[in-house]
Amino acid sequence: MADLINLIEGWITNLLLGWGASEELTLFLLQALGSVLVVIICFLIVIALIWVERKLAGRIQDRFGPNRAGPFGIFQSFADIIKIFTKEYVTPKGAEKGAFNIAPVLAMASVLAIWAVFPFAINVIGADVHVGVLYIVAVSAFGILAILMAGWSSNNRYALLGASRSVAMLISYEIPMVVSLLVPVLLAHSMKLSVIVKAQQPWWYLLVAPTAALIYLISSMAEIGKAPFDLLEAESELVAGYHTEYSGMKFGMFYVAEFLHQFTVGALITIFFLGGWGGPLAMRWPILGVIYFYGKSFLVYLVISWIRLSLPRIRIDAMLDLNWKFLIPVSFVNLVAVAVADRVMLELDLATWMYVGVMFAVNIFILLASLFLAGKSKPVVEREKFPPRPVAVPPGTES
Amino acid sequence: MLVSVLVFVFASLVTLGAAVAVVTNKNILHSAFYLILAFVGVAAIYVMLEAPFIAMVQVLVYIGAIAILIVFAIMLTRRLMSKDMDQKNAQWIPSALGSLTLFVVLGWIVYTAGWPAQEGAMPAEPISQLGQDLLTTYLVPFEIASVLLLAALVGAILIGRERETRSAE
Repeated sequence: MADLINLIEGWITNLLLGWGASEELTLFLLQALGSVLVVIICFLIVIALIWVERKLAGRIQDRFGPNRAGPFGIFQSFADIIKIFTKEYVTPKGAEKGAFNIAPVLAMASVLAIWAVFPFAINVIGADVHVGVLYIVAVSAFGILAILMAGWSSNNRYALLGASRSVAMLISYEIPMVVSLLVPVLLAHSMKLSVIVKAQQPWWYLLVAPTAALIYLISSMAEIGKAPFDLLEAESELVAGYHTEYSGMKFGMFYVAEFLHQFTVGALITIFFLGGWGGPLAMRWPILGVIYFYGKSFLVYLVISWIRLSLPRIRIDAMLDLNWKFLIPVSFVNLVAVAVADRVMLELDLATWMYVGVMFAVNIFILLASLFLAGKSKPVVEREKFPPRPVAVPPGTES
Repeated sequence: MLVSVLVFVFASLVTLGAAVAVVTNKNILHSAFYLILAFVGVAAIYVMLEAPFIAMVQVLVYIGAIAILIVFAIMLTRRLMSKDMDQKNAQWIPSALGSLTLFVVLGWIVYTAGWPAQEGAMPAEPISQLGQDLLTTYLVPFEIASVLLLAALVGAILIGRERETRSAE
């Protein structure tokens, strides 16, 4: 009972071998089954998340949210799914058919592919590759590509503008994201996700490297492309940005990919900073680890939702300033400081709690110092100030 | 064994086909997308050679940075977009000669090289081994490469700034 997943795996293996299947075939079937299972769980989670998100948005913005279909509106998402499947696919005139149709699939695939390497519990791990962290960063690149393809192939100026903004934003926010990801890699001495999670028991990297965790949270919120970083689909400026021309399930794929991306960021923060599957008794009962993993990811998801539902959209120059003039320098200083502190304390051979305490102090010092410096510096470009204008001017008196 | 041969043949065909499409396509943005497909095929071959690090760096650098930069640059220049470009310009003969020479030299190298393979198993942690080697045995090339990249960064900022100072004068 404690090790439910491996129990089922062993049972299926013996069953297939008993039926005379070869060992390679059994392994292949089991891997295929595992991947399909992970993907299906992802989709089921997204259906639930869409409802949670709307209900939460309703609460935060002082309205009800969905409340018609079923108790508390829990069947709203299902109604939406049925609606979106029956909608007509519209391909705009002059669109590039191939790229137009591949883009939503690519957007979805780039998010789902990240789940291939996750450690769900101490002995339930996806592909446990040596280059796990690098794989995650590399696969995300296809998401940017999908947005570019969608924006360009729609033959729509708004879509193209949205896509161009996305490149400016997603590529620049990748830098602080990757640099802050280097901190857990540095502390765990490995790029393997399972090793990173194991190194965090019981001291989570949130305590050892809080600055990196914060930078990672901010920059991956920008990578999701939702508010306050939703410049690539700003409704008031660009209709719907890069997916203006998409309808039916093609739009649905972008929508689901966006939701799943937010949950995936929650899972990544769980793995890198919140101890992954770690928790009481998770070593003995791996099934608990799976529950902890999904539970923590969901908590981070709620925090991200909370932030993005509370903040208005950030202006494009402020968005670039935040990245290039604050996040990138801070993340580099933080990386160097953590590396030096880690090495020095390795030489001193301190107790673990002292190590964690000193690391925490170093991180908080860097964070406060950088916030202080950022507060003192003046913006380079002063916004032009216009003299106040009367609201209405009688005709003929304009100067 | 058979499966790996099939996968290799498939990846090579995709790479070569996409590469041919890059050159022959009239729409320059289609060429860029086919170039990305070729990069994916090369990454797949790296994975088959048990070099996942190189494969991931290939995807990260070539698709995540270079290809997206190319696509973005094409999208910003409206004249190049959605028009069937003339595939020749004034310099096509010298560049064809240069490419042919490069092809012959590379082909000769590939044909004559003995491809020595080191015996023995892979190290348990290939990436940490790579990092150790880069910072001990190959420290000087590593540092030269980083200085080169830094110079490129500084140069990019200088080029970007030039116009600003000129207009201020």
